[in-house]
Amino acid sequence: MTTNAAPAGHNLPRNPGTALTPEWFETAQVNTSAAERRAATLVTRRSVKKEYQAAWLVKALQCIDLTTLAGDDTAGRVHRLCAKAMRPLRDDIVDKLGLAAHPPTVGAVCVYPAMVPHAVKALRGSGIPVASVATGFPAGLTPLPMRLAEIRWAVDQGAREIDIVIFREQVLTQNWSALYDEVAAMREACGDAHLKAILATGDLKTLRNVYKASMVAMQAGADFIKTSTGKEEVNATLPVSLTMVRAQRDYGELTGHKVGFKPAGGLRTAKDAMNWLILMKEELGRRWLEPDLFRIGASSLLADIERQLEHHVTGRYAALSHHALA
Amino acid sequence: MPSVSDVLDSMDYGPSPEQTNHVTDWLALHKDGFGHFIDGAFVASSAKAWISVDNPATGATLGRVPQGTEADVDAAVKAARKAFPAWSKLPGFQRAKHLYALARHIQKRERFFAVLETMDNGKTIRESRDIDVPLVARHFYHHAGWAQLVESEFKGYGPVGVCGQIIPWNFPLLMLAWKIAPALAAGNTVVLKPAEFTPLTALALAEACVEAGLPKGVVNIVTGDGETGAALVKHPDVDKIAFTGSTEVGRIIRQVTAGTGKKLSLELGGKSPFIVFEDADLDAAVEGVVDAVWFNQGQVCCAGTRLLVQEGVAPRFFARLKKRMDTLRVGDPLDKSTDMGPLVAPVQLQRVSGLVKKGESEGATLVQAPCPLPAKGNYFPPSLFLDAEPASTIMQEEIFGPVIAAMTFRTPDEAAAIANHTRYGLAASIWSENLNVALDAAARMKAGVVWINSTNLFDAAAGFGGYKESGFGREGGREGMHEYLVADWLRNLPKAKDAAPSKLSGATSTSSPAEAGGIDRTAKLYIGGKQARPDSGYSCAVTNAKGKVIGQASLGSRKDIRNAVEAAVKASAWSSASAHNRAQVLYFIAENLAARSAEFADRLAQGGATPRTARQEVDAALERIFFYAAHADKYDGRIHSTNSKRQTTLAFNEPYGVMGLVCPDQSPLLAMVSLLMPVLAMGNRAVLVPSAAMPLVATDFYQVLDTSDVPAGAVNIVTGAGDELAKTLAEHDEVAALWYHGTAQGAAMVEKASAGNLKPTWVAGANSVDWSDAGQGQGTEYLRRATQVKNIWIPYGE
Repeated sequence: MTTNAAPAGHNLPRNPGTALTPEWFETAQVNTSAAERRAATLVTRRSVKKEYQAAWLVKALQCIDLTTLAGDDTAGRVHRLCAKAMRPLRDDIVDKLGLAAHPPTVGAVCVYPAMVPHAVKALRGSGIPVASVATGFPAGLTPLPMRLAEIRWAVDQGAREIDIVIFREQVLTQNWSALYDEVAAMREACGDAHLKAILATGDLKTLRNVYKASMVAMQAGADFIKTSTGKEEVNATLPVSLTMVRAQRDYGELTGHKVGFKPAGGLRTAKDAMNWLILMKEELGRRWLEPDLFRIGASSLLADIERQLEHHVTGRYAALSHHALA
Repeated sequence: MPSVSDVLDSMDYGPSPEQTNHVTDWLALHKDGFGHFIDGAFVASSAKAWISVDNPATGATLGRVPQGTEADVDAAVKAARKAFPAWSKLPGFQRAKHLYALARHIQKRERFFAVLETMDNGKTIRESRDIDVPLVARHFYHHAGWAQLVESEFKGYGPVGVCGQIIPWNFPLLMLAWKIAPALAAGNTVVLKPAEFTPLTALALAEACVEAGLPKGVVNIVTGDGETGAALVKHPDVDKIAFTGSTEVGRIIRQVTAGTGKKLSLELGGKSPFIVFEDADLDAAVEGVVDAVWFNQGQVCCAGTRLLVQEGVAPRFFARLKKRMDTLRVGDPLDKSTDMGPLVAPVQLQRVSGLVKKGESEGATLVQAPCPLPAKGNYFPPSLFLDAEPASTIMQEEIFGPVIAAMTFRTPDEAAAIANHTRYGLAASIWSENLNVALDAAARMKAGVVWINSTNLFDAAAGFGGYKESGFGREGGREGMHEYLVADWLRNLPKAKDAAPSKLSGATSTSSPAEAGGIDRTAKLYIGGKQARPDSGYSCAVTNAKGKVIGQASLGSRKDIRNAVEAAVKASAWSSASAHNRAQVLYFIAENLAARSAEFADRLAQGGATPRTARQEVDAALERIFFYAAHADKYDGRIHSTNSKRQTTLAFNEPYGVMGLVCPDQSPLLAMVSLLMPVLAMGNRAVLVPSAAMPLVATDFYQVLDTSDVPAGAVNIVTGAGDELAKTLAEHDEVAALWYHGTAQGAAMVEKASAGNLKPTWVAGANSVDWSDAGQGQGTEYLRRATQVKNIWIPYGE
């Protein structure tokens, strides 16, 4: 491995969290119009072309949490997804990109708890972690003991990452100690598995709520903060993501701990992926372009990246049917 | 080209150059040199001198344009004059179609214009593509609408005629649009001179005019340097000059056009404050600084270049700003990942470098972005001065480069005081999440444009322009249209005549002894709410129409004007009083004048009025006071429909502050009231010089003022020789605007002397207004001239 790229897997000391420290967020200000302007122009200020673009798309691919979270998921469906996760690109494309020595894989596979055993089995030996949603996903309104038990069960089944959802009422009523206590309990229940805290920002509505919830989740020991379940009316947006990564920057400056970021829901095109990579690089820096600090929760994004990469190596526009289904 | 594997490691952006082939092909077509665009065709210059046009990023020559001569300018003005009758008489719908076609043609060629602008000026392709060119098209669309509506929305107004327009190099095509679109919409024809550094997009636009079928001679473009511009300014057949550029050149233009009757609008320099309050979203404000001063290499007249940060958050804010500078990229402006390109020309690089050296030598701490600069080209790094003081050169002088100077403040009062402590007044940017703090600061800014939690927002629907030495006139919106229109009654007024100014003698005289029996009255000056003897200690005799002495008036001098202005400056409470309160005072003035109407009629009769006309004048004066009292709380501002969602742009009609009023001899009471009341109604404080022939009307009037709750200093009256006092007023830097009614040479003198602080003057119709005619003697034109428009931009949303 070269100097800048982080090896696959989890490489950093985990965020141990802090005591609940409201003074770090209570007076936080986020100007919505300004955040929207920054988000809108950020992606017009940077452009990535040719070899660089191909590499950036491969990077995006490596950061994907390839996801299926549907009520009709089956063992077969999960197997197919895992196969795609291990070989996301056709061999000829990998060859032409010059990556045959280290063929890229996605960052993780993300499933419902009941699908964890199937995913673990299918991915055995690949090094790709299984992430499980938990805690009454997506609404998170089951009683706390059951939510914690769900985490423990998924970890027992081999999930190495748990995508929890927060109790939105605690944000909407600014009940920070309750939110802190619950996320801290979830972190404990995760044990060695990494905790990704889904803030469901579409339900929190205001960017100040997003900032505060991000800060509380990090103080409670989240390894990642994540925008959305994919089930809210509005999922990952650039202004919301900007607000969350700025909270991460502030938390890092205050504690020295690095926390990862995962936008999820609504990222469908290669262009979307590029936009978020630019956001990470500009706001947090190069280190946040590796899968141990950046993930994209997506299902259809991969197909568009494949097409763009095929176009890059052949010069011809690609058909979806030429790429394996997930 | 590195391998994919290498880039996976570095995750660099890599090069992302914009293609230039369409533009280089076009430049090759013109490699022998461009021509002026006159009467619908490109013509060779009468001289054979050329100006080389260079790419500031590379130094490469892009082409050459002729150095316009007086003969070239004359040919262009003749073409514009010839085209004017037909163009101005076109129905609005027809002119609208032409402007719409221009907007469409600009959009169809948007990338061509963007690439050409970037090559000519050095601004980044992101800016020319995403900001300049879209705003250009938007300006033509918006003004296609005004062309349609001008007749119905500006009843009683018509075009000015032939407009000479001189634009700068920092936004070449956008400034062209700001000039040409409103001029054409209002029915004027134009001769435009682009800056010598950046003439190419103007010439490309000339081609678009042909392509879009614009009638010949409506738009003419003459290239050249300042000499060409001077020829345009001096040309006798030009009716209006619109200039955007330095305050220094603006001053010269004001002097040169003095007394010519040319209408004038000036958009000049700035040193705008950028104020960060402790409750601001600091990240938003940091990005604001980037957009304020590292936009267009800082070559922006309204750039926030004085960074004022509330002391408690200053360390955190400056730390974040410095960190943000780490990711700025300076380089090839055609690269789509470049944040800042080169300065426009080597001479600018020298100027900016010199001022930055000066800033360092004066003790401020220089922080510069660490990004590498290209070896060639006029590049200067994004720069921040910490620990600057109000007295620092870099805090006072317009640098016109990517340099911002920072200092701290303690309270909102202090922020406003520092912000306004400048000769300029173009723009201000205010950052606070607290509505009270933000709106209060916005209200206190002495600037034509205020952005709350934002900066450098522009739109065709809102006026842009400055207070104080940042110039006068607005560009954009309804207020901008007025710069290219003239009221019919003003156009039809007879020209003021040359006349010898009245000589007032302070010597005693026996020619006409007073009648015995009465008690002698002393007419004094009225300054700061008190009757004051003239500093000179002289009085002059006042005679009636038959030459008989009816009393003495004080012979005011420049020192009395000084005292009067000082009193007016102190009476700022009048400007912040509610409009209702001001109306109440005006009504009260009418009430008290009415109670003494017989006395005023007698006084007017002394001046030669018949008893009947004297009574009529008093009655008309009462009605006029009522008219402006009525308007005090009705001449509202507007909410402009600027082009963005969740944003309001409030256009306030603000008073100038201290205004000078020099009254005519005709209708001495009615004229004085007609000038004073609109000025007072809008919240100005006045220093009034009454008619030299009938000063006692005014000195009687101060007793009315005294009994009408007019606050001390809101109205000051200095009798004496009109032109001498007018000159002192025109030269006074605290007088913000001046209306003059007198002789033609007095009008020229006033306009010339006003160049000192670039106060707007109104001398049109000197001594020729029929004050008894409400069509000339009263109206919203007076209110408009008693106010300046401040646009406050308020993006909102949670």
